Amino acid sequence: MELYNLPVHELHRLLVERQVSAGELTATFLERIAAVEPAVKAYLTLTREQALAGAGAVDDTTGRGEILAPLAGIPAALKDNLCTRGTRTTCASRILEHYLPPYTATVVERLEQAGMVSLGKTNMDEFAMGSSTENSGFGPTRNPWDPERVPGGSSGGSAAAVAAGEAAYALGSDTGGSIRQPAAFCGVVGLKPTYGLVSRYGLVAFASSLDQIGPLTREVRDCALVLQAIAGHDLRDSTSAHVAVPDYTAALTGEIKGMRLGVPREYFPAGMDPEVKTAVRRAVDKLEELGAILEEVSLPHTEYALPAYYLVAPAEASSNLARYDGVAYGHRAGGADNIIDMYCRTRQEGFGPEVKRRIMLGTYALSAGYHDAYYLKALKVRTLIRRDFEQVFAAYDALVTPTTPTVAFKLGEKVGDPLAMYLSDLFTIPVNMAGLPALSLPCGFSQGLPVGLQVIGRPFAEATVLQIAYAFEQATDYHLARPDLGVRGEK
Amino acid sequence: MSGDYEAVIGLEVHVELKTKSKVFCPCSTEFGAPPNTHVCPVCLGLPGVLPVLNKQVVELALRAALALNCRVAAFCKFDRKNYYYPDLPKNYQISQYDLPLALDGYLEIDTEYGSKRVGIIRIHMEEDAGKLIHEGEALNPGKYSLVDYNRTGVPLLEIVSQPDMTSPEEARAYLEKLKAVLQYTDVSDCRMEEGSLRCDANVSVRPAGSTELWTKTEVKNMNSFRSVQRALAYEIERQIGLYEGGEQVVQETMAWDEAHGVTVPMRSKEEAHDYRYFPEPDLVPLRIEAEWIGRVKEHLPELPDARKHRLMQDYGLSAYDAGVITASRDLADYFDACVAAYPQAKTVANWLMGDFSRLLNSYNLEPRQAPVSPAELVELMVMIDRGKISGKMGKTVLEEMFATGKKAKDVVAEKGLAQISDAESLRPIIQEVIAANPGPVEDFRQGKEKALGFLVGQVMRATRGQANPALVNELLKESMN
Repeated sequence: MELYNLPVHELHRLLVERQVSAGELTATFLERIAAVEPAVKAYLTLTREQALAGAGAVDDTTGRGEILAPLAGIPAALKDNLCTRGTRTTCASRILEHYLPPYTATVVERLEQAGMVSLGKTNMDEFAMGSSTENSGFGPTRNPWDPERVPGGSSGGSAAAVAAGEAAYALGSDTGGSIRQPAAFCGVVGLKPTYGLVSRYGLVAFASSLDQIGPLTREVRDCALVLQAIAGHDLRDSTSAHVAVPDYTAALTGEIKGMRLGVPREYFPAGMDPEVKTAVRRAVDKLEELGAILEEVSLPHTEYALPAYYLVAPAEASSNLARYDGVAYGHRAGGADNIIDMYCRTRQEGFGPEVKRRIMLGTYALSAGYHDAYYLKALKVRTLIRRDFEQVFAAYDALVTPTTPTVAFKLGEKVGDPLAMYLSDLFTIPVNMAGLPALSLPCGFSQGLPVGLQVIGRPFAEATVLQIAYAFEQATDYHLARPDLGVRGEK
Repeated sequence: MSGDYEAVIGLEVHVELKTKSKVFCPCSTEFGAPPNTHVCPVCLGLPGVLPVLNKQVVELALRAALALNCRVAAFCKFDRKNYYYPDLPKNYQISQYDLPLALDGYLEIDTEYGSKRVGIIRIHMEEDAGKLIHEGEALNPGKYSLVDYNRTGVPLLEIVSQPDMTSPEEARAYLEKLKAVLQYTDVSDCRMEEGSLRCDANVSVRPAGSTELWTKTEVKNMNSFRSVQRALAYEIERQIGLYEGGEQVVQETMAWDEAHGVTVPMRSKEEAHDYRYFPEPDLVPLRIEAEWIGRVKEHLPELPDARKHRLMQDYGLSAYDAGVITASRDLADYFDACVAAYPQAKTVANWLMGDFSRLLNSYNLEPRQAPVSPAELVELMVMIDRGKISGKMGKTVLEEMFATGKKAKDVVAEKGLAQISDAESLRPIIQEVIAANPGPVEDFRQGKEKALGFLVGQVMRATRGQANPALVNELLKESMN
């Protein structure tokens, strides 16, 4: 296999054994990017010089005979809503097209300390609002498995970059499925940690009570390694939890005998792609074969998760995005007569249609006279959804579900129908509403496109989630499949 | 006010807390720094930042809540108040809405009818906004405006009173007392001119003795206690005038125009903001343990009322004198420092309430900024007692001490102000005055006591006020009899 197609833990071994230098590795990824990026368009900004300098620093470390950290010298990509000091951070929005943050996000700092080589910033749906990366203000990213199809979203650039061998791993953010859904569509592993496990400081907020940063990787072990580096309490994030971070790789035993796994019946609705259903059913059988006890369970309030989410998330977004007003930074429209006119024109020009739609939804949901019927009601639904999970977790170690109702859809297919687009996150949204950890990993193919299996855990039970995912992955070979991008030199 | 009406006044006071750093970031709260030097990504509300609550803010807020006899909520939370204004970088203010820090307190104020209890509805914590500097008339219309974000994120307390006040004088008394309590507890400097205390008033009128509430207006933009009093007096008369003329009061927000002494409409109820409050998701709810409340309560300093009573009991000061001295913690501290070295409390009180306060006002200083220390004032009082200078001369010396920062004895020496208490030095002058004023001398000998006063005055004049008046009196009588 080509270097750019190897998982992080393999690349680490090669670096430790000095079979390759970090400089060579970085050069390989930069070449790969040059070759496939015109077809994939995963990146918004490349940081070539920074990457080479970072790799050089790691090579100096190895030259001195120091022990390499698991992520040291490994080229990675960052979703463009993670603030990077001096490197533009756009959130794929025209309103922040030239915005240079004066500080770096906590997760990025932690990865830098772990020796990350940052290749660049990846494309996304504008302000993480979307499920296809078509809402980017700078053009869509394409699915490496089929350039006619979307990579999912909103972390579509990150998922596509990993799938196409344009980064060994990437960070994404997940508010309603934005890591797991693109991971499923692109055939990679994506983890949304428990709310509060990973610091949000420096993540440009979409919906603060739902947002979490997490890894997108080729394999489950890589996912554990990246999570290890970014998890843990941060003084700068009041919502980050004071919990001990366990050794996640210790959970990767391949052993799941006797584990009790629930399969919620609400996650196999009529109308979902039958081939997806079949692939997930087969995955369930596989887990049973590995010794787990699988039983059907019920999460009765599941159907209310999506409508409640589309009140809570836009409400918070309407407030979070109020700061993009053209006063102190970002785009400012010209030709305004007064301050209100300046605000209106700036936001009119700077935001795309989906962002405007959600600001409208959220503003409405919080308005006097509607607040109780919409926003407050949605919070109550959220409590019911959390209780559903609490009840099943009293008897089960984890839940397994499909990640999405369908495989990757075609570009343009759902752009004109926001509701159809929103349904793509049907199985991922409840997890955010309950603040739980969940991971998506490849579990088969439908029409030649990857299908994702979602493993949902108890709060802060990332180790269990990784354990189950790893056991499944090691017993199957879906993670070894690579898309054919038709580029010279590809194997 | 017309006898048939009474006013109903409630005050909303914002005070800046005396913390070193801002409420959600480590930036300094110092007043008067060059624009935009006390800022960071957090208080600038840049994309991706998160607030972290400054514990000292809660500590000071608790102190204020307890000093104002409030019930502290065991559980409170922060909310976002959403509105667009260019001095608010996030376009929302982190405040507290339905679950504030403290509720149901009161403040005792002195009125002309005696002591009165003004209820406090609630106290909550929030962040301050920045400052706009307009080139042109205002934000709109204007040429352009500049923003100074130094004040953005400075911690504020909002203290909302019950509509318990019935006159502008009571409103002023409430503000004076609130200021004293907050200064005593070191919660805030309460400097209205620096904006560390701001006050909005809700006011309505109704037939005297009625219990119903008529339409109120909110008055803003008052920048001194005096202007609060003036604005309320104007607004009350305006409302009465409307009713008398058969018109109705419209619920609206009025701005006080200090220059013209009038209130003018700012916005009506229809234009009122919908702030779309919701819980701040970037902060966790605040649980205040009973132990913390107990500790703050235990360490509360002596409050103005207690201090006033102590001054009355320990020093025999009148209620009025003790009230004036304890209205400012600074002045009361100054008083205590003086009486520790000079036990004649009434004399100290007279100086402090008289010339000392007059000079502070004319130099626009707080007592602690006075160029004359308590020890130096005591020295001056001792010089008077010992007859080194006259009491009248003492006032001149104090003025000079304020102007130059010099000590009393240096002022006296340099200006040659020492009192002449030596009979031999005065006798020749007395003889001269007697020789030069045969008329009054004769009058005195005829039994007209008034003439003596004139002759004393002449001697004082000849000695440029330095002669000991009692001695002059004695010597004059001796020489003429």
